[in-house]
Amino acid sequence: MIGIINYRMGNLASVQHAFTHLNIESRIVDHPSEIKECAKIVLPGVGAFGKAVQTLHEVGFFESLQENILVKKKPVLGLCLGMQLLFDESEEMGDHKGLGIIPGKVISLKKEKPSFPVPHMGWNNVTEKQPSLLLKNIHEEDRIFYFVHSYYCKANDDKSISGTTEYGINMDTITEQAHIFGCQFHPEKSQHSGLQVLKNFAAL
Amino acid sequence: MVKTRLIPVLYIKNGLIVRSEDFTYHQNIGNVVNQTQRYNGWNVDELIYIDISRESHYDLGRDDHKVGSYSSHEEIVKVISKECFMPLTLGGGIRGMGDINYLIRNGADKVSLNTGAFESPGLVQEATNTYGVQAIVISIDYRLINGASVVFTNFGTVNTGVSLMDWAVECEKLGAGEIFLNAIDRDGKACGYDIETIGKVIEKTSLPVIACGGAGNEYDFVELAKQTKVSGIAAGNWFHFVEGSYPRAKKMLKKNGINVR
Repeated sequence: MIGIINYRMGNLASVQHAFTHLNIESRIVDHPSEIKECAKIVLPGVGAFGKAVQTLHEVGFFESLQENILVKKKPVLGLCLGMQLLFDESEEMGDHKGLGIIPGKVISLKKEKPSFPVPHMGWNNVTEKQPSLLLKNIHEEDRIFYFVHSYYCKANDDKSISGTTEYGINMDTITEQAHIFGCQFHPEKSQHSGLQVLKNFAAL
Repeated sequence: MVKTRLIPVLYIKNGLIVRSEDFTYHQNIGNVVNQTQRYNGWNVDELIYIDISRESHYDLGRDDHKVGSYSSHEEIVKVISKECFMPLTLGGGIRGMGDINYLIRNGADKVSLNTGAFESPGLVQEATNTYGVQAIVISIDYRLINGASVVFTNFGTVNTGVSLMDWAVECEKLGAGEIFLNAIDRDGKACGYDIETIGKVIEKTSLPVIACGGAGNEYDFVELAKQTKVSGIAAGNWFHFVEGSYPRAKKMLKKNGINVR
């Protein structure tokens, strides 16, 4: 059973619809105590980093996610903002501390690349930097995914990054480290290629 | 780099997908779900649904191909979001935050405001504050009158007298995430895109522009993409009537060096 964390911000319905379409069991997790019934965790997300962190604290998900991921070693997949939340900190609307699971930062695209339209929105390529489990069974020419974001991830250690995307700069867009996974794009909105990413996570 | 999108637009009238001409003549094409499945099979970049029903409530009164009928925008979005794993934009008749909340909660990634944005610009700001700029598209219908592009609202029936360029600039100020441009004069005419006007709007704003109206064959897509920095190439009718139209158009765009998926 895959638990989709509901911290009242993401487009949970489409993530769950995608799993249902793939015949993969999933449930919406409204309360931290329900995580124990799930073998894997999906952390979705649309919205602002600071607000998300605040909500995770309010609902009690913050410590419980850290415990389940770092101590119990449950596989986790962060989607878009959900990936960013796994990092140490973000510059979004003031500096905010994330879950601190992946060493690195979330940086403003506008600051880094003022001449490019922000948000980075639309379909873009992901280049495999090292063997990626999430990109398994997706042909190189089909590694095109749907993005919507204004901040991007920069990991301290390149070894934790298995995919990058070019948008004036190279952004870290897939992170994989042991049982910890994240993608900056929306697999639930990326047609066949995206569904395969979710399938790959479920098959781990 | 980000790809140029090719986007089928589906017009829904009284619960059925229709072909539109001059914003006036509407021919039934079929059931919303069946049509959606067809486009889904083509692995499209994105879908835009615009409900052009004149009445807010309607009863379809018929069932196509054993698929139940849908009597509202809301029911339709619930059903299509279970079938579609691509960005979905819904528009038509949106006048308040209640409509927007409902559509986004039930699976729309973006909502498209037209008359609603023109008559109550505050709604655009409220919506972007809640859902982010990427979720709000402003759709603009225009006609060329003596060489000048003029904004029309209310299904293209009301001449606002406002210049298209002025309104496009205003849309950016209001905080919209995208502009969806529709040339009423070219609706259903298959005479090619209004490249000159589209190019001007793209120059005037930094917003991504999706252009619609006039597509007659795949060369029209190539011309538009070559001559302007358009972000999205949209068409309605052409995709309905031509077998394998979508993959064929993609192939043609690729062959001509356009960066598509």
